[in-house]
Parts: sequence; structure tokens; C-alpha cells
Amino acid sequence: MEAESEGRTGLLFRMEGISKRYGGVRALENADLPVTAGRIHAILGENGAGKSTLIKVMAGVVAPDEGRMLMDGREVRFSSPADANAAGIACIFQELSLIPDLSVADNIAISDPPRRFGLIDRRAQRRIAEEALARAGASDIHPRTLVKDLPLSRRQMVEIAKALARNPRILILDEATSALTATDVTKVFSVLKRLRAEGLALLYISHRMHEIAELADECTVFRNGRKVATYQAGTRTDTEVIEMMIGREYSNVFPPKPARAATAETPPLELKKLGWTGRLRDISLTVGRGEVVGLGGLDGQGQRELLLALFGVLRGCTGEVLVDGKPVSISSPAAARKRGVGMALIPEDRKTEGLMLPMTVRENLSFAVLDRISRAGIIDHAEENRLIDEMVKLLAIKTAGVDIPVGALSGGNQQKVVIAKWLMRQPRIILLNDPTRGIDVGTKQELYQLLRRLADAGASILFYSTDYDELIGCCDRVLVLYDGRVVRTLEGDGITEHALIASALNIDGPTSKGEAA
Amino acid sequence: MKEWRYLIAEQRSTLLAIGIFALMFFIYLVNHPAIEGNGFTATAVSNVSQTAANKAVLLAFVAMAQTLVVITAGIDLSVGMIFILTNCLASWLVVGTPLETAFGVVVVLGVGLLCGALNGLIVIVGRLQPIVATIATGSIYFGLALMLRPYPGGSVNEDLADALTGRLFGFIPSSLVALAVVVLVIWVPFSRSLLGRTAYASGSSEAAAYMSGVPIGKAKFLAYTLAGLLASIGGLFLTFFTYTGEAALASGNAYTLFSIAAVVLGGVSLFGGKGSAIGAIFGALAFRTIGDLLFVFDFDPLWQPLFQGVVLLVAVSLGAFALFRVRNRLEWFQ
Amino acid sequence: MSEMTRPAMLRFPKLFRRVDPAVATAFACIVLLLIFGSLNEPNFLSPDYLLQQLKVASFLGVIATGMMIVILLGQIDLSVPWCVAMGGMMACAAAAFGPVGEALAIPFGIFCGMLIGLVNGVGVAYLRIPSMIITLATNAVAQGLMVVYTGGFSPQDSATAAMRIIATGELIPGVPNAVIIWAIIGAGAVFLLTRTTFGRAVYAIGNRERAAYLSGVDTRRIVLIAFAISGALSAFGGVLLAGYASKAAQSMGDTYLLPSIAAVVLGGTSILGGRGSYLGTIAGVILITLLQSILSVMQMPEAGRQVIYGIVIIGMLLLYGRSPASR
Repeated sequence: MEAESEGRTGLLFRMEGISKRYGGVRALENADLPVTAGRIHAILGENGAGKSTLIKVMAGVVAPDEGRMLMDGREVRFSSPADANAAGIACIFQELSLIPDLSVADNIAISDPPRRFGLIDRRAQRRIAEEALARAGASDIHPRTLVKDLPLSRRQMVEIAKALARNPRILILDEATSALTATDVTKVFSVLKRLRAEGLALLYISHRMHEIAELADECTVFRNGRKVATYQAGTRTDTEVIEMMIGREYSNVFPPKPARAATAETPPLELKKLGWTGRLRDISLTVGRGEVVGLGGLDGQGQRELLLALFGVLRGCTGEVLVDGKPVSISSPAAARKRGVGMALIPEDRKTEGLMLPMTVRENLSFAVLDRISRAGIIDHAEENRLIDEMVKLLAIKTAGVDIPVGALSGGNQQKVVIAKWLMRQPRIILLNDPTRGIDVGTKQELYQLLRRLADAGASILFYSTDYDELIGCCDRVLVLYDGRVVRTLEGDGITEHALIASALNIDGPTSKGEAA
Repeated sequence: MKEWRYLIAEQRSTLLAIGIFALMFFIYLVNHPAIEGNGFTATAVSNVSQTAANKAVLLAFVAMAQTLVVITAGIDLSVGMIFILTNCLASWLVVGTPLETAFGVVVVLGVGLLCGALNGLIVIVGRLQPIVATIATGSIYFGLALMLRPYPGGSVNEDLADALTGRLFGFIPSSLVALAVVVLVIWVPFSRSLLGRTAYASGSSEAAAYMSGVPIGKAKFLAYTLAGLLASIGGLFLTFFTYTGEAALASGNAYTLFSIAAVVLGGVSLFGGKGSAIGAIFGALAFRTIGDLLFVFDFDPLWQPLFQGVVLLVAVSLGAFALFRVRNRLEWFQ
Repeated sequence: MSEMTRPAMLRFPKLFRRVDPAVATAFACIVLLLIFGSLNEPNFLSPDYLLQQLKVASFLGVIATGMMIVILLGQIDLSVPWCVAMGGMMACAAAAFGPVGEALAIPFGIFCGMLIGLVNGVGVAYLRIPSMIITLATNAVAQGLMVVYTGGFSPQDSATAAMRIIATGELIPGVPNAVIIWAIIGAGAVFLLTRTTFGRAVYAIGNRERAAYLSGVDTRRIVLIAFAISGALSAFGGVLLAGYASKAAQSMGDTYLLPSIAAVVLGGTSILGGRGSYLGTIAGVILITLLQSILSVMQMPEAGRQVIYGIVIIGMLLLYGRSPASR
């Protein structure tokens, strides 16, 4: 492990033996991390591997249970993000830390605005904001715009500018590019390389292997809260890295896909030229019986909106949705789940959209099916118990009884509850919005198996994932979206990482006919 | 976008409140008997404004107090009671020689500050929900007011009272001048200080504010404390207008409720993070003028509460039109 | 859990299965108050006195039931004062219209309160106006309507015989009718909250309306109904109070807003919604009533009562009503 050699003069910051638990869950265990000036250090690991906790400890958001941190060889303790800022650590979080109702300039200068006679000097503040925006390569953003009026990708640029305005010595980017458009990603990369040349230490967390390959000087892999290895970039192959991340051979994760023959039967779900406020444009697709169709592309290209539009959440959609060949008009989730349509949506964020965390497993599981197990509004408890028992067994939900709050379950089991809650209605069309985010590998595998079982039993599945491997492993077909359009359809053996990435970046242009306009 | 457009966009809700007030006040003026009879003479306008200002300024102070707390996404249901408590206190203390009077004013304002600080402590350190906590402290403040003035009575230094409720240079209502001074001394520095900015930030998104490392607790505490101070300035002026102190429960409740109405009319979002005290002041002035409109149109005063209620109902429903622009129904639930 | 134990568990209402520490604390406080009260006044523990307290509590209990449902949604109903007054006044007003009016007096009073509740519900659910504002506005409108109706004087109509009987009579000897009414409404509320889809939806919306909506529940309809119930129950409380006092009065509802919120919150229901049991609300209502009664038995002047009342509420909330620390 050459990168860890203590003698390097550039060693700026060091974590030693950091541990953090949340309740009974071990988020980080005895973690060491060296951070060197003038280098980009990539942190790899699956969701739940401890990366986020590591970052939060470094940024002063959470206090570690054990271990110490050294800055310039002296021990430091951060009791709040302000402490970490003062020490020269700036962090760009996955969940944005911008204040929606304040202007861009206010946000950039938030932690230490320039003051005259104790009052904020708006002119100086504006100058600082303009400089920071320019440094971040985003001088097109007006400093007086309110943050809430900016699209997500622009907000991310403001977030970067905000971090730079603090003149940090260490800059942490936690999935900072996930919301960016391809052009912005290129810009951000050149900014990051310039910062590296200026002598900053950068910690870069990303799931995107190609980004890491392009940027990183050294990498550290985490798994299950422990550090697996630190190595120089380019010394390991992708397969080796993935094996380090998941901790076993990278195979047999996905169930085999059955061979599909072209059929003439009416697809259960068909879209014709679906559009919505410029975020979705002319999307046409079909999902056949027993088919798993993936939605690919960079994050934020309209995949979420597409699922929400189908589920009746978005207003003012144009185009046509056909279920079993018949046009339907779905104006609410209540309409989408009706018998004639039979849709289910596994939402993006289980904590705010899928579950009522303080309520019990029982109440959550039966919530979507209450109309079917009640008479005149009175719940049939015997029927409820029967269905719940069945589901808990079917999905092997690990819980100490169904009358404990669902928030007490692990992430993976929570996600199972979200899925089980919809399976109770025996849906025919299942929409999944990035369902494996933040859950452990074991549960992921179970979910992959489950998806295939459901498809084999006749369900039509539309599956959005930010994880390319999942799309490759699970889907019979993958539609790649770019800027609200389907730019390419990959099928069978054509679903490869290279094809996915190339079409996601829209490098080779739209190829599927009809959708290029 | 041009710079001035940003300026207008930033101040839109305040400008709207000013617009509503200007319109209402104009209708009020031209129909006022004193002006209908004499025409738009400076004396007549000044006379009418003075009376109107004196009534409206009270609500304006209380609305300002409410604004500070609402900006942090909290609510202070005890402002009306602090207002009443300080009124009762002032009717004991703000009397006698100039020195005694000055001492009395300082004590009254200090008590307001303390009441606000207590609210802040309970909400921030005690981590109670502001709505319940301030209901309870409101009860305490009202009880104290009742102890001070079981029956209406007391007096006030009339020279000071007349000076602050009369006219400056024979034309400008001095209560408005006092309001402007308070805005300059309290609101402007607050809104442009780091703590003021933090108050907005924590109201808009407390998690993001925490991540940004700003002093949330201090800012909220300051907001509640200043709210107490502003409410006590209102209580002081109430004493100047009425020359007495009275622990009137109905009046305290009405001021609390009207302060929320004024804040909403003034474009301050109850969800926090948005709006300014200037807007709330004009919201208060507009709300008062609306109430008085009936008077100039010779309606039975019996209809005034209903009219105020309906105007309030319509005003708060107008904001709902923004809903029709919402294209993603999930935004309903934010 | 084995198949054998579940039916046995089901026989207990959910209320008793998991006793919330907040509810337990509230009951403990009741016991303390009783002990404290009996030290000051030996008659305090006599059945007559306690039944009298329960009777007084039942008016608050009826009103607090509606408030609880709304608070469970994470909303608040500030229109209680004039819903109460309107219910009482309109019931008495109907009584002036001969025998038909007399017969319809009670339902008419309740109906008027429900209308206010419906306006609140439409505002909160469909127009997404914060409940604190819309209920404030409808309260002002209801007040305006009543002021216009009565001409500013206290209303002359008196309560019907039926209203007096339900508020002051004793159908079962020794048990005041008002207590029976509260018991019926309470049982209805427990059933609604624990056994029906409506109840589940109320808790779900209070916890996370977004998730409830995405589960395919018409959350707006639920919110509308909840506010209508709250308005109707407030008005019913007003009807009872008018029956108790033989007539309605302008400000009869003013003293019920804060106690109803306090009762619900002291009973362990989260003001942010989604958490709380009716058992807690019962405890809260009794707690508030006993507190007020002890203060009056001690011949504490109104001023001191207000102060102690506020301090006790804050003290108890600090004991068990705090939000979790952020870090």
C-alpha cells in the first residue's frame, strides 16, 4: 500500500480507527484514511458500505464513537459542520445543503458572509459569489437567482461554488455529479483537475467507474463499514475492484433470463408519444407480459418523471397510455392501482414516499390493500393477518414481529416491506424507481430473483436503476433516456456496460428510429 | 434578467402588500366623511391618517413580532398576551417624572424581551413545538397581566403619550415615525445580520442550514426574543393610546390571530424562510384599513367582523391559485 | 407469533396493548392531582364530586375528540371557539321555530359546525392552505355571522328540553347523560381510529402524506372528512354547553380552544401528527379538567390559575413531549 507511506510531505489529514454505530447497526468500523494534498482520492463502495458515514464524520455532521482525526499532524475534533469548515474541510453533500428560499449569492456566502459594521455587505458578498461561480465554471448563474428557481443540475454547480468560496484545503464530493448533465460533468472535471493542480486534496465519492478511472489518483474501497484496501489508480482491473466492493466473485448475482420469443399478443402496457412539460418528450414504449424493461441513462434524464407520469402523479401529460390495448386516463395513484389497471409503483425514496416509518410493519404492509380487506370501511383483521403472514414469509422479511415500527428494520427489509405492500394487490404492471438504493447485497440478490419470479408469473415490469450492472443483469430490454427522450433501445446481449454508458452520454447519437426528432 | 427584475422578484410579496394597502387606504380616504366634506386638504388627510395610523400601528408592531418568529418556521401564539402584559405593566410604571417614565419604559421593554427569551428557551432548549409552547406561555403572560390589572385602570405619562400619538411638524402621525424608527433600529439590522440570515435559512430548510454550519439555535433565540421586544413596544403604544391598562383576554387573542392574518397578507410564508417585516407591517395596515372601510361606507358596524373574516378567507384562498401551476402532484405534500 | 396467541391478542384493543409512556405519565399526573386535591379539600375524592368533574370533562372531551383527529393529521383546528358558539346558538335558534325546529335543534346545530369544518377541509385538503390560517379565517367568518345574527347582544333563544336533558339529565341514575354521550363518542372515535381504513389513513397522512398518497389513498378526501368531523364535534360540544347553561352565549367557545389542544397534546398525541391514542386524549381531558377544578377549589384567583395552568402544561410537556435531539 504505497499510498499510505507516512513520509509523504503532502499528507494533510488522517483518520485513525474511526468507528460509528447507529443503534445496533455498525456503519463504520475502525476506518483509516490518509488524505494527501494535490491528489484526488476516490472512495468506492456499495451503498451502505460506510462511505456516507465516513464523509459525515469528516465534515463534522456526526461525531465518531471511537478513533481520532489528525490535521497537519495535530488531533482535531469537530462538533459541528462549522468546526470542520473552519479547519478547511468543505463538503458537497449528496443531499443538497442549499437553502431554497435564499439567493445563490446568499447561499454561497452563508457560513461567513462579508460584513461591515456587523451587517452583511451585499456588494462584497456578490463579488465573492461571482468569483466562486467562475471558479466552479458556472458563471452563467446569476448570483441573485433564488436557489429554488434553479434546476437540479445548476443547484449542484452552486453547491460546488459554495464549497470553493470557503477556500478549503480538503474538498469532499459525495456523489456530486449524480444530478449533472453530461456537459456539466465535463466542466466539473476540468475544475476538479485545476483544483488538484492548485494543491487541494480532493475526496471523490462516486458509483461511476469511468469517472473514477478518469479522475482518481488513488482509491480506497469500503465494504460493510470496513476499509478493504487503498491502491494507486490504474493498478487494479474493474473486475477486481468490483469484487473488493461486493466481497465475493462477481457472478451468479442475477437469475438467468428466460429466452423470449416475439409474440403478437397485446402488451399490457403501451405508451404512445408521452410528453410532460419538456421533461419528457415523445416517449413511446411497450412492456410485454412477463417482460422486465429497464430504464437507463444518466440520472435525471426523465426516468423518474416517466414512472410518476404513468402512475398518475404528474399533471398535464400529453400522449396516450394503453393498458391491455385500451387507452386509460390515470389521474392519481388511486386510479393507477384500480383493478382494471393494476399498477404498482415502488417509489424512489422509501423513507418519505414508500413507508410511514413510525407506523408498524403491519400497518405499512396492509396499507395499500385496505380497500380490499375491509367492508364498509371496517378492516377485516383476520384477513389482514393472513395476508401479512403470507407476505412476510414470501419475501422473507426479517422482523421481530409485525407490530414494531417499520423504521426499526434494516434498509433492505424496509424495502421489502415497500414491495410486499404492493405485491399484496397482485399488480400486473410494476414500476420500480431505483429500488435497490441503499440496501445490502444479499437483499439485492433476493430482489433480483423476486423480479424475475414476478415476471415469470406474468407481471410486466418497468425498472429504473442508477446501477448499470442491475440493468444488465435483470432486464430483457433497456431503454436509454437522454434529456427526456428515449435515445436508444438495447436488447438481449446488446445490453452491455459499454453500450449503456455510450448511449447514456448520448455519444453516438440517437439510433432507435422514431424517437429522434 | 435585468437587475431591477431581480429586485422586484425579491420584493414581490412586500410590494403586493404595499399595493393592497395603498388601494384600500385610497378608497378609505376618498370616502371618509372628513374628506368628502372638505376635499383633499392637507389637514383633513393628516387628521384621518393620524387616527387610522394610531389604530393600525399597534397591529403593525405585533405583526412585526410575529414575522420574526414565522421566518424561522415557528409561530408565536403568545404575542398578543405579551402585548397585553406589557400594556398592564406600562399602566403602572410609565408615569411620573421624565426619569421615572424613562425607567418605566426600559422595564416594560425589558419584560417583553424576557417573555420572548423564555419562549425561545422553551422552544429551542426544551425542544417543544412552538405552537403548544407559546399557547402555554401565553396563558402565563395573561395570568401575570391579570395580576397586575384585575380591573382596567392605571395611567400613563400623558406628555409622552400625546407626543407619540400626535403629529410631528403638525402633519406626520408620530406613531408612524416611531414605527419607522423601530424598523430601522430592529428589523433592518436583524435582516442584514448573520443571525437574521440564519433565521431565514433555518426556516427555509433546517437540515440544509445545519449542514451549512450556521448558528441555528442562536438565530432562533434572537428571533423569539426580539419578537417579545416588538410585542412590548406594541403594548407600550397601546397604553399611550388608551391611557390605561386592561387585561382583556379577547383583545390579546384577537391581536395574536390578527398578527397571523397580517403576516400572511404581507406575504410572509408560514412555512418559514420567506417574507419581510415590511410586508407584514403593510399587511397589518391593510388589514386594519379593510376593517375600517365598512365604517366609511356607513355600514352597520355589526357587519365588520364578518366582513373582515370574509376578506381574510378570500385573501388566504388567493394563494391557492399557484396550485394550478403545479405539474407534479407530489409538490402538494412539501 | 404463533397462531394460538394472535386471536387472544386481538381481543385487547390496540389501546392497551402498547401503553405509550406519555399516556402512562398523563395518568400518573391525574393520580397525583387527585392526591393533591384531596389534601386541600377532603370532599375531592367523593364519588359525587368526581362524577361532577367527569360531567364537566365530557364537554371538553367531545370537543377534544375532533381536535385530536385533526391533530393526528398533523393539522390544527383554530375554528373551535366559534364552531362551539355557532353550534350552541344555532341549536337554540332552531328551537324558536316551533316543534319541528325543536326536534331538529340538535342536528341543525351540529350541521352548522360541520359546514365550517367542510370549508376548513376544502381549504386544507384541496387548496393546500395551512390549516392554521384557514381555520383562523373561518373562525372569523363564523364569528362575523353570529355577530350579525345576534345583533351584538347575547342571544335570547333558550335551549330545548332535549338539549338540557342530554347535557344535565341522568338517564342511568347516578351517571350524567353528558358522560354517556362522551363515552359513546369516545368509543366511536376509538373504533374509527383503530378498526377502519379511515383511521389508518389518518395516521398515515399524519406520518407522511406523500407516502399515503403514493399508496393510492385519496388523502384529500380523508382530510376533508376529518375537518368536517372536527367542526361537527365542536358544534356538538356547543350544543351540550348551551343545554348545560340553558342558553348559548357569544364567547362560550373561547375557553375551549386552548384546553382542547392542550388535552390532546398532554395525552401524548404528537402535535406534528401521526402518533397518539384516544386513551391519551381521555387522560389529557381529565387532567385539564382536574387541574382547572383544583385551582378553583383552592380559590385561586383567575390570574393565578392562568399562570399555573401554563406552567403545568409546559412542565408536563418538558417531561414527555420533547422532540428528539437533532444529532
